[in-house]
Amino acid sequence: MLLKPNSSQKLLLPRTKQVKNIERRFFMGRALSFGALSMLAGCNVADDSKAQSILDAMSRWNDGVQEAIFGATNQLATTYTEADITDPFPFNAYYSEDKAPDVKEEGYKLELTGLVDKKAPWTLAALRALPQQSQITRHICVEGWSVIGKWAGVSFADFLHMVGADTKAKYVAFKCADDYYTTLDMASALHPQTILALTFRDQVLPRKYGFPMKLRIPIKLGFKNPKHIMSIEVTNEDRGGYWEDQGYNWFSGT
Amino acid sequence: MQKVLIHPLYVRIFHWINAAAIVTMIMSGWQIYNASPLFESLIFPDSVTLGDWLGGGIQWHLAAMWVFVVNLLIYLVLGIATGHFREKFFPLGPKALFHDIWAAMRFKLGHNSHDYNAVQKAFYIGIILVMLMTFVSGLVVWKSVQFQALSWIVGNYATARYVHFAGMTLICAFIIVHVALVAIVPSTLIPMITGKAKPFPEKENSHVA
Repeated sequence: MLLKPNSSQKLLLPRTKQVKNIERRFFMGRALSFGALSMLAGCNVADDSKAQSILDAMSRWNDGVQEAIFGATNQLATTYTEADITDPFPFNAYYSEDKAPDVKEEGYKLELTGLVDKKAPWTLAALRALPQQSQITRHICVEGWSVIGKWAGVSFADFLHMVGADTKAKYVAFKCADDYYTTLDMASALHPQTILALTFRDQVLPRKYGFPMKLRIPIKLGFKNPKHIMSIEVTNEDRGGYWEDQGYNWFSGT
Repeated sequence: MQKVLIHPLYVRIFHWINAAAIVTMIMSGWQIYNASPLFESLIFPDSVTLGDWLGGGIQWHLAAMWVFVVNLLIYLVLGIATGHFREKFFPLGPKALFHDIWAAMRFKLGHNSHDYNAVQKAFYIGIILVMLMTFVSGLVVWKSVQFQALSWIVGNYATARYVHFAGMTLICAFIIVHVALVAIVPSTLIPMITGKAKPFPEKENSHVA
């Protein structure tokens, strides 16, 4: 079930000759033999950076399409009832559960950097004192499985406004205690269901689900929901992401 | 003997682009499926998957998606606008369909590219509907929040995955039957490349009308 942590870019480029055959036949518009189709399976052919660059370009094109769809439809994610909550709720990360970072509340402060007016770091107590909002939503993993959970915390849009973030900036980037990192587009960060989650099922967010806090953003796939957040940067530079840099689609909206 | 055009150029272009796009989507789809199988006992071997890992499979799938969808839409628009569908796929009544299914079961059904028998008509209409359903369920799997308006057709994200899987299964079943019949009647393959075939002597399947 877990994602492959060590997959590198070159793994995205298989079966080059067959791919070229298909491309050529796209343009010929005919003559694609079933023999060639069957050869497509099971052959190991050297890397082809050209095929990969086409796939990368298509992934970027899909980022743009998703952004346009998001802007046009701007839906709220479906919310569920307590009875729908998945129990037990799975642990998921690029490492096993015992490797989850053990962040202590004592001494923890959320750092703010980049295009933010008020950069003073935040303690958990200060965040808990802010108005909290709760949601029961579906968490969809890029792998395909999905689970329903309940999170509560601070509206991220309210938080960004409160700290004087430049919401005209393009991105919000996250750095986490487990060396995980990801970058969100500003529009998704400002979505009304995006929250800095401090609790899971009305309990302090446990270590396995991302203590001290997780960004819960139901309009994105799970890997765009960073856990164990240590710092947040508002920026016009795309800082990439742990999985995004390995080939998962950058936008990955739901 | 003068050959006649039975598959217009756009149909042939559609057919082969569609074949490549579908095979790419199925093989990359199997890669994606393996990351979180719907059925515990069903995992596709690496030798028939495309993309080498989940991320690569997704890249292939969502790139080939555009080829598949744009190609299909052009085909549907031209097929309806030119009257090709009406001419090739209709009329199709239950009586003719049952008659031809019965004939097919006794291996007594004529199979050619000029005049489709009722089973062929039902198959081609059916596979177009299956492709559309697979497309719609795929949209919901891809964007379950933004395309939630489509959930009355295929359900929520979790059920849309099953619909999408069922669509793939039906497409695979179609491909097996389709290729098997081409193997049995190889003369049907040439017209899908050249567009032309010898005139059909007699309308043996006139009962379909």
